[in-house]
Amino acid sequence: MGAFIHAEYPVDSRDYTRAGEASADIKRKLKQLGVSSMVLRRVAVATYEVELNLVIHSMGGKLILDVDEKGVSLTSVDVGPGIPNIEMAMREGYSTADDEARAMGFGAGMGLPNMKRNADDFEIESEPGKGTRICMRFSLV
Amino acid sequence: MTIGDMVQILHAKVLCGEDKLDKPVSTACCSDLMSDVLAFVNEKTVLITGLSNPQVIRTADMLDLKCLVFARGKTPTDDMLTQADEQGLAVICTRETAFTACGLLFSAGLRGVPIEWQKEGE
Repeated sequence: MGAFIHAEYPVDSRDYTRAGEASADIKRKLKQLGVSSMVLRRVAVATYEVELNLVIHSMGGKLILDVDEKGVSLTSVDVGPGIPNIEMAMREGYSTADDEARAMGFGAGMGLPNMKRNADDFEIESEPGKGTRICMRFSLV
Repeated sequence: MTIGDMVQILHAKVLCGEDKLDKPVSTACCSDLMSDVLAFVNEKTVLITGLSNPQVIRTADMLDLKCLVFARGKTPTDDMLTQADEQGLAVICTRETAFTACGLLFSAGLRGVPIEWQKEGE
């Protein structure tokens, strides 16, 4: 059986007005597929967190959604600036967000740990100067 | 308690979701930090906040929140209310501070969202 859904969403750096639009669309698509509300909520929160990270921290990137009968896969790739210390970034409370992000109610250093908590599988790789790639999987079976 | 009861207790104005006033609510949380709300809220609940920006509405969408209470007279923009309406979210606005709003609702029987205490070292 082929993939049920494949979609890509470009996410612009610093665009706080549109931040969350991709996540809202992904949530709508999964709801239409009949994904259970428990899983839907976990995907929505993790997706929104990773989309916000692209807006707050990256120089631009995209979200890639793939859904098949086994699960939901969500990949975030950006074009920089990369994370110098992933171990630090994964700690709750550690944040490099600026005042603008904090004024929007974010930058508490909860994003990456919250993604990891909500996803069944979470992988992050980053190279300073190149970019960051985060892959999350959510089981549907 | 219903959303309608909350409106009365807080002398609040209904900004959107007039048709949802009979919906029951049993728990609430209060925060201006959406990062925190995304991290600890595990159920369809009420959010009391003093922060008024589009990301509050978006956070409510991701978490399937039932009702947003804007404290201290904060008023969302028309665009935000349109979005809230599309999401099926009730939005009310009170002149009370967030602290007083929480106190009034707690006194009337509303309780905080249950949270999972993390074990040390986790």
